[in-house]
Amino acid sequence: MKRLISQIIFFLLQNPLLNNFFTGKIYQGKLKTLCTPGLNCYSCPAAITSCPLGAMQLFLGGAKHSLSLFVTGFLLTTGIVFGRFICGYVCPFGLFQDLLYKIKTPKLKRKFKYARYIKYIILLVFVIVLPLIIRNDLSGLGSPWFCMYICPSGTVFGAIPLLITTEALRESLGLRFIIKAAGAVAIIVMSATIYRFFCRVICPLGAIYSLFNKLAFVKMSCDKSKCISCGDCSRACNIMLTPSEKPNSPECVRCGDCIKACNFSVIKCSIKLK
Amino acid sequence: MKKMIFIRMAVLTLGITLMTFGVLNGELQEILRKAVRICLECIGIG
Repeated sequence: MKRLISQIIFFLLQNPLLNNFFTGKIYQGKLKTLCTPGLNCYSCPAAITSCPLGAMQLFLGGAKHSLSLFVTGFLLTTGIVFGRFICGYVCPFGLFQDLLYKIKTPKLKRKFKYARYIKYIILLVFVIVLPLIIRNDLSGLGSPWFCMYICPSGTVFGAIPLLITTEALRESLGLRFIIKAAGAVAIIVMSATIYRFFCRVICPLGAIYSLFNKLAFVKMSCDKSKCISCGDCSRACNIMLTPSEKPNSPECVRCGDCIKACNFSVIKCSIKLK
Repeated sequence: MKKMIFIRMAVLTLGITLMTFGVLNGELQEILRKAVRICLECIGIG
């Protein structure tokens, strides 16, 4: 419950202009210079901040073909401090997936032994390489490939509310939107069935933060001297990890279910300098 | 353990330094220019 409250608070901090969902306007103030750590489309009518992945693709596809120092520094800083704690507590699309998973549908538990590497490929290909190398003949600029073809956050929180409220946008719908909307529907269905499907298999931001899980200041730990290896933590884990053995697995989104499940309080989440 | 602390502090310092250079480089204005308009490409329209 505490985590849900935190997720809702962070959702509202990043998307406070809920009335814009009905007017189709987007915020144009200076707060949009700032990135927030979760996946949150800056074309979402309610958003007052920018998405780090959108901003990264903007610079890679820009006239200078450069990596954004600001966005890179921002991801390094948030990654090293929080790791995937951001996925569990801050990301608006993480909240959306958690709510989808609460829908009463048949649930599947999958380890994604190999599929989990897809998110790293998407990060490399759609976020970095394609915006960098494929250029528009006229403008010479690259496109945000991840946003254009994959990002379900842009479809659900950006495109759909804008299409409902703006007739001119409805007239420019094409094959690209159909592809993207079909992808979003598939991700929604999968997320209702498999816990955090998008975070675990597709999300490039999750891929970046996963690299920091072992190093981050906010860490999980298991006191091996008190652990009786009962397996309660593993049974509670919807991602099918073994928190008592690998509390800082790159796949862990820090939902905290293992902490709640442990009757001996040997698994803890804390801020560690050492 | 000291190595871990060193790596963390080095990454944190690098991150903050890059952010600072990015701000001084005017990158925030570029993000703002893009983010204040509806990006049709970004939402898969157009």
